[in-house]
Amino acid sequence: MSKQIAVKVDDLTVAYNYKPVLWDIDLEIPEGVLMAIVGPNGAGKSTLIKSILGILKPIAGSVSIYDKPYEKQRQLVAYVPQKGSVDWDFPTTALDVVMMGTYGSLGWIKRPGQKQKKAALEALEKVGMLPFKGRQISQLSGGQQQRIFLARALVQNASIYFMDEPFQGVDATTEIAIINILKELRKAGKTVIVVHHDLQTVPEYFDWVTFLNVKKIATGPVKDIFNDDNLTKTYGINYKVSIQE
Amino acid sequence: MDITEYIKLVFTDYTLRTITLGTAILGAVTGMLGSFAVLRKQSLLGDAISHAALPGIAIAFLITGAKDSNVLLLGALISGLIGTFWIRGIISKTHLKSDTALGLILSLFFGFGMLLLTFIQKQPNANQAGLDKYLFGQAATLVESDVWMMAIVTGICLFVLLLFWKEFKILLFDADYTKTLGFNTKLIDILITSFIVLAIVLGLQTVGVVLMSAMLLAPAAAARQWTNSLSVMVFLSAIFGAFSGVFGTAVSASQNNLSTGPVIVIVAGVFVLVSFIFSPSRGLLFKQIRFIKNRRDLKLHKTLAFMYNIAETHENISHPHAIKILNNFQGYTKATLQKLVQKNYVKLDGTMWSLTEEGFKIASNLYNQQNDNNE
Repeated sequence: MSKQIAVKVDDLTVAYNYKPVLWDIDLEIPEGVLMAIVGPNGAGKSTLIKSILGILKPIAGSVSIYDKPYEKQRQLVAYVPQKGSVDWDFPTTALDVVMMGTYGSLGWIKRPGQKQKKAALEALEKVGMLPFKGRQISQLSGGQQQRIFLARALVQNASIYFMDEPFQGVDATTEIAIINILKELRKAGKTVIVVHHDLQTVPEYFDWVTFLNVKKIATGPVKDIFNDDNLTKTYGINYKVSIQE
Repeated sequence: MDITEYIKLVFTDYTLRTITLGTAILGAVTGMLGSFAVLRKQSLLGDAISHAALPGIAIAFLITGAKDSNVLLLGALISGLIGTFWIRGIISKTHLKSDTALGLILSLFFGFGMLLLTFIQKQPNANQAGLDKYLFGQAATLVESDVWMMAIVTGICLFVLLLFWKEFKILLFDADYTKTLGFNTKLIDILITSFIVLAIVLGLQTVGVVLMSAMLLAPAAAARQWTNSLSVMVFLSAIFGAFSGVFGTAVSASQNNLSTGPVIVIVAGVFVLVSFIFSPSRGLLFKQIRFIKNRRDLKLHKTLAFMYNIAETHENISHPHAIKILNNFQGYTKATLQKLVQKNYVKLDGTMWSLTEEGFKIASNLYNQQNDNNE
């Protein structure tokens, strides 16, 4: 494949106190893939994303985005955190949260204006949440909150999207709506990296996969490497899944 | 003393005017910043900071030997900041949780401060009397220059708040995400925390070390009940804080031997109580009313739906039924049926109840309607 490398991780090691959470991770993610990161609880999936994005400080290793250090390429990257990472009783509206996606391009002090508002409304429309724009965010269901987070990332108009368990606690309708948006992003040439829990849906949703359990077990196209061998290596028990062609 | 006389006095009497103005400004600035502390779940931070300020006051006095309030507050500011950074250090460098770190610093600094105060009281220096006023505050010691100081700090605080509003807001809501957007979250954090420390130190003279955190939390907790917008919350919180100051001063001035600081805190507490009970969307009272109303609506819907179900088995939708039939199956009360009669959904004919045309239509749409409401 002659595709460009969108994200390159070198020797990334993260430890909380003495316990390594990620050990010497090397990872190359080609442009335009929809990639799942899978692994058991405590495998370091969220930690990997957070370290790539500079939220956590690794003890070793480097991250580059399109061959330049991440710090210089932030505007190319958008992040969808876990829904449970914020307090949804915060006094603000759905539209306001989505507007936050424009803050990065605005920089310090400058306030969002009409242009930013228009972009936020478009993103809300895309995730089907336009009728709820004025709603206080605690009045939204879990699935709606997830869509709001997705819209906030869409507003950033990035090239690479990192998402931490976007399907957690959402109903089937929302899951389909979200995966359709992710597939659309891929079609538009964007790279999407998703921490994912449901192994059954990996072959259906994703075309690229990384197996992670503190160390990187394997990474590559789903059709080549999503097999019992890698699943067993990652999860430690004999895993039987049927791979849908 | 009646109210008009008191208001006149506020404008003419130097001491009363100074205290009223001082407590109002103090209430406004602590209320404003308190919103941030509450939303960051750092409610206890204010308590720790104010207690941590005590040794600073004592040390400043020991060094200068004078009771100049600005010098003492500078000492308070320094030791408050040291306490704050130690708390952050403990949280980030050890396994201890933030409540442990806060409690530890709070009691250690306060204990050390008390130690110094007792040591100072044993000194022959006649100047030392009254230093313990910083424990519970004494508004009567406020002079015009203190109020000016408060006004200037409040002005700066307001300016910074408006300037970095967007940054403060996003950091409060989602700090990790803010980092990924390229903002220096540490800088924003230090900015907010420093202003909280500054506001607390300003209030020590008036409200005192022990009660200061209430000035930070009470107006914000009350304001949160009334609004779902951050800007309105900050504004309301400032207003509540200012009024707590004004009313508290009025109450303590109209009675003998009522210390101003505690009265202000109690007035702020009343704001909280009233807000918790009477706020339309989050208040206990309206929540209960909504709950009862929902239950009543549900009962009506249930009855209507049941009548609709049995009506469908008859040719005529208004086929009458004795209340016994309705009762025996599900235990409907006469009251519920009578309410439906009032709404013209059900008709009473002697002892027989029947569905009206309108009731039938409403009943057939019942579940669709409910779905609409939920969405």
